[in-house]
Amino acid sequence: MKKLFAAFTLALVPVLGFANTGPQTQPAGIDLKDQASLQNGAKYFTSYCIGCHSLGYMRYNRMARDLGIDDANLRKYFLVGDAKPGDLMTRSMRVEDAEKWFGVPSPDLTLVTRWRSPDWVYTYLKSYYADPTRPWGVNNVMFPNVAMPHVLGELQGTQAPVMSHHAGSTPVAEGVKPLTAGTLTPAQFDTMIRDITNFLTYAGEPVQLERQRLGVYVLMFLGVLFVFAYLMKKEFWKDVH
Amino acid sequence: MSAQETTTTGFMGWIDKRFPATKVWNEHLAQYYAPKNFNFWYFFGSLAILVLVLQIVTGLFLAMSYKPSAAEAYASVEYIMRDVEWGWLIRYLHSTGASAFFVIIYLHMFRALLYGSYRKPRELLWIIGVVIYLVMMATAFMGYLLPWGQMSYWGAQVIVNLFAAVPNIGPDLSTWIRGDYVISDVTLNRFYALHFIVPFILAALVFIHVVALHAVGSNNPDGIEIKDGPKGNRWSPDAPADGIPFHPYYTVKDLVGTVVFLAIFASVVFFGPGFFGLFLEAPNFQPANPMVTPLHIAPVWYFTPFYAILRAVPPMYDSQFPGVIAMFASILIMFLLPWLDRSPVKSIRYKGMVTKVALGIFVVSFIALGYLGMMPVSNLATIMSQVFTVLYFAFFLLMPIYSSLDKVKPVPERVTA
Repeated sequence: MKKLFAAFTLALVPVLGFANTGPQTQPAGIDLKDQASLQNGAKYFTSYCIGCHSLGYMRYNRMARDLGIDDANLRKYFLVGDAKPGDLMTRSMRVEDAEKWFGVPSPDLTLVTRWRSPDWVYTYLKSYYADPTRPWGVNNVMFPNVAMPHVLGELQGTQAPVMSHHAGSTPVAEGVKPLTAGTLTPAQFDTMIRDITNFLTYAGEPVQLERQRLGVYVLMFLGVLFVFAYLMKKEFWKDVH
Repeated sequence: MSAQETTTTGFMGWIDKRFPATKVWNEHLAQYYAPKNFNFWYFFGSLAILVLVLQIVTGLFLAMSYKPSAAEAYASVEYIMRDVEWGWLIRYLHSTGASAFFVIIYLHMFRALLYGSYRKPRELLWIIGVVIYLVMMATAFMGYLLPWGQMSYWGAQVIVNLFAAVPNIGPDLSTWIRGDYVISDVTLNRFYALHFIVPFILAALVFIHVVALHAVGSNNPDGIEIKDGPKGNRWSPDAPADGIPFHPYYTVKDLVGTVVFLAIFASVVFFGPGFFGLFLEAPNFQPANPMVTPLHIAPVWYFTPFYAILRAVPPMYDSQFPGVIAMFASILIMFLLPWLDRSPVKSIRYKGMVTKVALGIFVVSFIALGYLGMMPVSNLATIMSQVFTVLYFAFFLLMPIYSSLDKVKPVPERVTA
């Protein structure tokens, strides 16, 4: 029976052999316990992103509570426009304007890391390159013909595409290389993108750390319960043979 | 554990004169004699009931905050996840519970395949079980639309469109199911209503399943009828010698199984509720957008074996209908199982090598089809799906031949420890 089982397991191997395609992502280095990074990410988000992209399911005061931001700082550095602490983090741009300026409504980003993955978001934000054929003069390796301009371009500088060379297929951008320097060094820019991605990962599931913390206690409780349940079963079954 | 069926004094006496409480307790628990040799595979029946109850209870609480409208559904789920006290836990219990239910039911059905639990006199028990499985699939399918994510929307679109492939009445039929020409607010409302009520039908079917089980008695890993064996045990002179009272023996044993299950279940709920994108699919974190079709649409993992069978059958006369027939046939063929198995023995323990290999091929085919059903269409995937579809059906259709020709081992008189 054991040999049969092994043979059948092996029979499944060729089925698993389908390769993944698409550009490679880079690891974002997510750490939801790094509050400084999350606070920085929140600051960058409310400075650079929230004009166009809402976090429509996230409340300011929930963010403040989870990230250790006090009320005074929340009001001073984070609240956008006339938003109140209990409000959802909505954007200021109107949908009609987004459609007029960019051709598409700018998506809500609350769950973007759960849909795309944190690594994708991280890599995407780093993968803009100069492309004069596009309306904003930029394109993106991860998201070809993206509608969004390179909002952080001044900080990152400009980049050139690294084209693929596969015989018989049209070359596509599969990476970027620096062209001109921005106001940040590449390392500073990477940290900034990492902080934004870290913050968006938090926003995708604010309860994540709490969930894991509780899970440990639940499993410990079940571990203890198992011991008693098992001993009780043993005791009852002593006379069955 | 007294043999008397009713008490005449005290509180229980008062009850028993008006409702057969003690009688029911005895017939189904304290004096229901189950074979003493149940193994690992016998945990999943009681676990399935546990998960059904969990789904109904968590579902009820979700229903208190969920809004079944195309405009609000997606936001209301995120509201539950963020603003409702413990909403995230209730929602993850429910979403993980759906997948756990299928894992448990697949293992429960596999147990029946292993030990011939569908054979005479349990044909009806098996048929009720397959009906439960069908109702469960319908419930899960309707429930999956409710979060109103991209995959909810397009998955439902694809599956309801299958009904459009039925000759003549197809287009009208699919419109009737949706209540609209596309999946819309109307569809969401009716799916929500049905998703709420059908689990109670499921509970009723489970009750009937248990009544049928307790009428014929449980099978066991040896596939021996303990009722046909010698009589008399410590509890009763008329009870089967190899039977032990379900309560307390199997209640305390199932409690251990339940704790182990809950530990595995909690590990998923608390540490990976998405379960590698299988239990919560990434595209479903995008709100439904009727204007944008995702490049790759796949149902949730528990439907993918049947989806792979659907895709494996090429269209004929410009119609998808043959594929749809194959998909439904792959499930409905299970109803015939009690009459396809012609082996003189029930349990795999005493069946021959051919049957063991056939069952192994079936399991590999089912898992492989499940994997292929998640993959985007490619030539290689289609060919492999076709091969495994043929093997899947061959397991059932050739069973009358190989099960009667296969060598069997002698079955012992009494159950083995």
